[in-house]
Amino acid sequence: MKSFTKIIPLLVTLLTCAFLLIPIIQSVLAGLTVNYFRGLSSGLTLKWIGEVWMLYSGSIFLSVGLALACLIVTLVLGVPAAYALARNPGRASRVLEEFISLPLAIPGLALALALLQLYGGWTEFRTSWLFILVGHVLYTLPFMVRSVLSVLAAIDLKTLEEGAASLGAGPARRFIDIVVPNAMPGILAGALTVVTLSIGEFNLTWMLHVPYLKTLPVGLADSYASMRLEVASAYTLVFFVMIVPLLMAMQWASARAQRIMQ
Amino acid sequence: MIQRHFLTLCLLPLAIFTLAFLAIPLGRLVLAAGEGDAGWAIYLQILQTPRYLSTLGQTVVVSLAVTVAALAISTTAGLFLVRNRFVGRNTLLSILTLPLAFPGVVVGFMIILLGGRQGLVNQILPGHWTFAYSITGLFLGYLYFSIPRVLLTVMAAAEKIDPALEESARTLGAPPLRIVIDVLLPALAPALIAAGAIAFATAMGAFGTAFTLATDIDVLPMVIYTEFTLSANIAMASTLSVVLGLVTWALLLIARSLSGTNVAAGG
Amino acid sequence: MTLTLTNIAKTFPGGTRALLPTDLEIAKGEILSLLGPSGCGKSTLLRIIAGLETPDPGASIVFDGEEVTHQSVETRKIGMVFQSYALFPNMSVRGNIGYGLKMQKLSRADIDARVDEVIALCRLEAYADRAITALSGGQRQRVALARAMAPRPRVLLLDEPLSALDAALRGQLRDELAILLRQFGITAIFVTHDQDEAMAIADRVAVMSQGAVAQIGTPEALYRNPATGFVARFVGDAMPLGGRIEASRLHLPGGVIDLPKPADGQEVLVRAEDVRIEPQGAVTARVEAVTFLGTHYRIALTGATEAPLFALHTGLSAPRPGEDVRLSIPTEALLILPKAGAA
Repeated sequence: MKSFTKIIPLLVTLLTCAFLLIPIIQSVLAGLTVNYFRGLSSGLTLKWIGEVWMLYSGSIFLSVGLALACLIVTLVLGVPAAYALARNPGRASRVLEEFISLPLAIPGLALALALLQLYGGWTEFRTSWLFILVGHVLYTLPFMVRSVLSVLAAIDLKTLEEGAASLGAGPARRFIDIVVPNAMPGILAGALTVVTLSIGEFNLTWMLHVPYLKTLPVGLADSYASMRLEVASAYTLVFFVMIVPLLMAMQWASARAQRIMQ
Repeated sequence: MIQRHFLTLCLLPLAIFTLAFLAIPLGRLVLAAGEGDAGWAIYLQILQTPRYLSTLGQTVVVSLAVTVAALAISTTAGLFLVRNRFVGRNTLLSILTLPLAFPGVVVGFMIILLGGRQGLVNQILPGHWTFAYSITGLFLGYLYFSIPRVLLTVMAAAEKIDPALEESARTLGAPPLRIVIDVLLPALAPALIAAGAIAFATAMGAFGTAFTLATDIDVLPMVIYTEFTLSANIAMASTLSVVLGLVTWALLLIARSLSGTNVAAGG
Repeated sequence: MTLTLTNIAKTFPGGTRALLPTDLEIAKGEILSLLGPSGCGKSTLLRIIAGLETPDPGASIVFDGEEVTHQSVETRKIGMVFQSYALFPNMSVRGNIGYGLKMQKLSRADIDARVDEVIALCRLEAYADRAITALSGGQRQRVALARAMAPRPRVLLLDEPLSALDAALRGQLRDELAILLRQFGITAIFVTHDQDEAMAIADRVAVMSQGAVAQIGTPEALYRNPATGFVARFVGDAMPLGGRIEASRLHLPGGVIDLPKPADGQEVLVRAEDVRIEPQGAVTARVEAVTFLGTHYRIALTGATEAPLFALHTGLSAPRPGEDVRLSIPTEALLILPKAGAA
């Protein structure tokens, strides 16, 4: 009886792992084999990766650039705002926090439609990479704000600031000397989340992009639709190589921020 | 006071950005819905047009199925991982959370690799085992997307359960299955409702997976997309977006008030 | 520095009057303690002096002839030790102590020299480069004091600086703090709810109750001549002798006591050390409990007054619980004061 209650959950867990992992392995293998139909016996090759690089290296650089720009904007907008929200923990702050979190709840498609209808006619903006950046910032900003806010809410910020003020530090100095260093675990976790999500963002980007501005996931969708399986797999492999270390760093930083908050 | 001015200054950039790129566009979207020939009666049109109605029904059914399956699988696996420590546990946990960073398009590709024309299942079982581009494929794709998110929510809640609860049930003579039913599941209930709402909302709005797999299936995000890009029926696309946005937002609001977690929809 | 406070009051949004209009003058180099139970307004008064709270209109705070009422906290040049110490966890001990000097834009060398000096004075040499999280409670308290003192503030404000420590450490650090403050020779205001701390550290004590200063004076004056029943209770734990007063006689359940003067409408209090167990005493009581405290016994007595009465009893033995005893109270030890509320 005891083994029965353990074996079934174990089986479910293993089967779930298999369901999630097998296609990942398939895609890695497909991206590295000469001919996926004939299997591994056809030999291993980096040819497909090379082809991906030729076809899509622009999309990779665009995604990295967008992610870094997105990080800078969310830092500039999000960290001071999180501080202001932490110092005024009232109803208005809750409402504002809830409002900026809307892009987490509303499907990207709806947000993109909203942006397109308002700014679609402004051609210079519509066709520039900044339009995509706006979408990415909308989607990632709540993560930055909440990550910083949760760390700031866990420390006695008011008293620390009073301490600094009693020693002669004005508001801006206190922000730089006290608030930012003590919020650092949250800023780090938020920053890694922002970069990870920005690199993987598809829903908004697909609607907002113009043909010559393809990000990595847009390129992926393109390759799934029109390239042979090996190229699509190799491209997916490139994406994994970029996103998995970021995901691990993000999980490590979030766990660290949680630990520090306790 | 100077301090208050400084705090206002801190909030200002975010307020301007949010106003310009979130509040006003969303307002515009809501207005655009009423700007078609039908005016505000367009919301009624959804209910009167069989295609939209069946799309809505189909989307809800798939989303419900995904929610139930993801909850069942993730709760089983999550409880197992929380309550047992063994070699390889961390590896399993890593595998189960790996897809967290995959966009919907990549998840769609994963399903193609499993069940597409050149997919694994079709290779192992010769015949016509191609399910990737059907409603089954969509279901599996959403499931693939939801399992890691539901699992993390369930595990976080399970780790907070006081072990003394289970121990006291054991001292009272409860067998393991009864402990799960009488002690663990009730303690997990808020997290399960929250995770379920997240899974449901995510599946309702998932675009990337549908975009890769469901070119022939009418689910809400695909219909919005085709109304907008192919039919240029902007009013209907906006109306359906508003409906979809309201549903997912309301669900995630409930989820967050129950569990305090924040997990992104999308996909 | 001389500190002059005139008409300081604080009404919180919502109408709660945390502090009634208060005047106070603190002499140069004096250590004043604000003593009172929680909610009496002592911390509010301290925070107003610091500039962390704004007083109601009409207030005036003068530091050595300079009006500072409308200056913000960062320009007032005060030093403050917070109840939680508010040490910056992102800086080392040195970083914390040097922070105020950095704000004054002193040169690196000047900062280092001054920090070393304060570190030596507070005996923190061994911990100078440690992280704040690696310090014990007592060490943190000394760092907080050193940090507040390093920029040579005009006045040092301490908000319950010992209450975050456990009881055993508190007594020892109380005496250390008293010595350090005297070494600094600084004007200091010290908020506490603990009468022993106030007595040990302060030159003068202001006892506060319900938003007002009930009495201000040296510890001896407060102890010997309390102005109200509240002060007598709070400083030295005086106990009310509950009974009926008829002119200069006090009728207690356990007997009658002669008062030095007619006291109708007032209340009579006594301290435990003045209650003596003597065979020829005028009041009867029953021993309820006996606690041995080393140098003396503390005896709880019922039947003498309406509430239990305590007596400190020296000697090698004490009466047993359940015994009937007689009590005498010297007339000069009786404190005859206006009733609480009438004060």
